[in-house]
Amino acid sequence: MSANATAGAAQRPPFQQFLDTHGRPVLAFLRAMVGPHDAEDCFQETFIAALRAYERMDGAHPRAWVMTIARRKAIDHHRARARRPEPRDELPEIPATERTGGLGDLDGEIWAAVAELSEKQRAAVALRFAADLAYREIASALGCSEQAARRRVADGLAELRRNIDREEVTR
Amino acid sequence: MSRLEAKEIARTLGDGVDRAAAEAARRFAARAERERLVDVAYTEFDSPLGTGRIAATERGVVSIGLPNFAEPEFLEQLGRISPRILELPARLDGALRELDQYFEGQRHEFGLELDWGLVRPGFMSRVLHATAKLPYGATASYGEVAAEAGNPRAYRAAGTALGHNPIPIVVPCHRVLRAGGALGDYGGGPEMKAFLLRLEGALGEG
Repeated sequence: MSANATAGAAQRPPFQQFLDTHGRPVLAFLRAMVGPHDAEDCFQETFIAALRAYERMDGAHPRAWVMTIARRKAIDHHRARARRPEPRDELPEIPATERTGGLGDLDGEIWAAVAELSEKQRAAVALRFAADLAYREIASALGCSEQAARRRVADGLAELRRNIDREEVTR
Repeated sequence: MSRLEAKEIARTLGDGVDRAAAEAARRFAARAERERLVDVAYTEFDSPLGTGRIAATERGVVSIGLPNFAEPEFLEQLGRISPRILELPARLDGALRELDQYFEGQRHEFGLELDWGLVRPGFMSRVLHATAKLPYGATASYGEVAAEAGNPRAYRAAGTALGHNPIPIVVPCHRVLRAGGALGDYGGGPEMKAFLLRLEGALGEG
């Protein structure tokens, strides 16, 4: 690394510390976005990209910064999967075995309902309930106002409840 | 059915994440190493006086933190090289083996590559290079090391340089004593200095 790069960038904490702080919420977010099985691959892609771009990190909002990368990796993942010549009809599809992880009942229904959300709503719900971010951080990660972030999470939650009720009815 | 609670969603989505995250972090570190993105790798080591830490760049061992040196301070020191620091035991396998052998009394010389990147050039560097040549079981005075570094009267400055030795044990600053034979200071604490000298047979059992 050049001396100029060091001087130009604010002091970064050791990357290990960054990984310790953000690893768990990023993985939780990605599991909700792409399912537990594929989340690991997206996790690697996210932190490799973060490590490469570490000098350019927004030091004031590290969590929102890494979540923005993670969301992009989740979208890339769905696109790559859609391009593959497998019989997949929809972008955000997650195989049933992955989303339930062998769990039955309500857990399985929640995973299935999350997978059915639009990408936008799923990202909001995942940031709030899987990664446990504050609305201010969610707004920063989604690039919208805090008010809009609250609305997206609330809409996503309402949609989840509708989906789960519907599945309940069809039994 | 009863209304689905937000905390139920959080519980379901968060189930099993902790263990998976630890495993994912380890695999990430290994991949970062394969892609040569890690400027400084570090890990813990066991010593008879507690847990220490050791770090290496691609050039070699750059820092050893003795048990009295807390992890945040150790990492802060490494931050002077680069922020791309990861816990990565694999790069330090050879060094850990040599340290184990040393603490068991089986190894009298280290065959490790060193990175002097945390050593200021000039007098400090000359003092530490002179110290690196002191053989196992031998001792020297601060004045002798200062003389070897080119300035016999700078024994105080030599003491300061040794106090900032980033690679203790391998650069054996514990072998440098006061002129009268008193132990003198040691960054790792007086017990550690006495322990190392006793291990090397350079100090009586007293």
